[in-house]
Amino acid sequence: MILLTMFLEFFKVGLFAIGGGLATIPFLQELANKYNWYTSQELVDMIAVSESTPGPIGINMATYVGYKVGGIPGVVTAVTGIVMPSVIVIILIAHFYSRFNEKPLVKSAFYGLRPAVTGLIAAAGFEVARISLLNIEKFFEKYNVLDLINIKSLILFAVILFLTNKYKKHPIVYLVFAAIIGIVFKF
Amino acid sequence: MQELWQLFIIFCRIGGFTFGGGYAMLPIIQREIVEKRNWASDQEILDYYAIGQTTPGIIAVNTATFIGYKRKGIIGAITATAGMVFPSMVIITLIAAFFTQFKDYQIVKHAFAGIRVAVVVLILNAVIKMWKNSVKDWIGIVIFCATFVIAAFTQISPIIVIIISAIAGIFINIRKVEAK
Repeated sequence: MILLTMFLEFFKVGLFAIGGGLATIPFLQELANKYNWYTSQELVDMIAVSESTPGPIGINMATYVGYKVGGIPGVVTAVTGIVMPSVIVIILIAHFYSRFNEKPLVKSAFYGLRPAVTGLIAAAGFEVARISLLNIEKFFEKYNVLDLINIKSLILFAVILFLTNKYKKHPIVYLVFAAIIGIVFKF
Repeated sequence: MQELWQLFIIFCRIGGFTFGGGYAMLPIIQREIVEKRNWASDQEILDYYAIGQTTPGIIAVNTATFIGYKRKGIIGAITATAGMVFPSMVIITLIAAFFTQFKDYQIVKHAFAGIRVAVVVLILNAVIKMWKNSVKDWIGIVIFCATFVIAAFTQISPIIVIIISAIAGIFINIRKVEAK
């Protein structure tokens, strides 16, 4: 039963996540709130693992969630669910070989979709920042604003932001760097 | 049969050796499909990519489906897609199995607390890059801000946001596009 639910949920993700790997994140965040399959924090870890392993990020995320929820049958279910909508759509387009992307209706829909997808991913990033940079739980213990801000994380954030914009290295370089800093300075 | 096997293997190789998906895969797809096998032209690959961006799903997977269909019809489309996702499924399953065993170790916890900070930066950089390509005028700014507020502070599903923004785009822009 859980496999069927997961198939349908990932089918929806595959159908509505337009514009590449990170576009799946807002949808997976919604799933984290809707089911007890994984926490928002685990989702951030999944993003890190997906970015530092080969393969499309969206597929990696689906595999990770699928395994966590239902083992190997879960992996097959989640991945089949996420790719099925696009396989159907692409077969139809390839069959009628239409220059789908040049149709006025599609072009103008994307006039609205592009900024919206950017906004959705920005909001997902905001949630990730809340989890990664702030100490919400510690704050609620004493309601001390100073407890809310995690100074070590903020400094690391600034350093990595500077490095990523100065040197255009592969993301995995920064993830490994952050892991080492995390271990050395006991984050 | 032999060509189906080839489709599977080639897309396995593409899926298994490129980090990052999407545009990171474009050069290797061009080398494997255009230069080595002449299964499609450079222009066709770019067309597939453009279509892949405007259809649901993952761009790299969409391109695999397209090429598979062109070679061997529906069976080819499914085979190429399966090839593209197979390495991810194996690698990530191994990592997930490994990670669930070790995630409670203190050292792993510290490492991931650091890694999560880096993820914030990666997403921020991606959003800045997307903003430059997608927000072209004040209407774009309004749509961006509206979706950000809705997604960050309400329980409204991103599916609703996607549908409404597509309809809004059509209403606002269709005359301008048709006039061109």
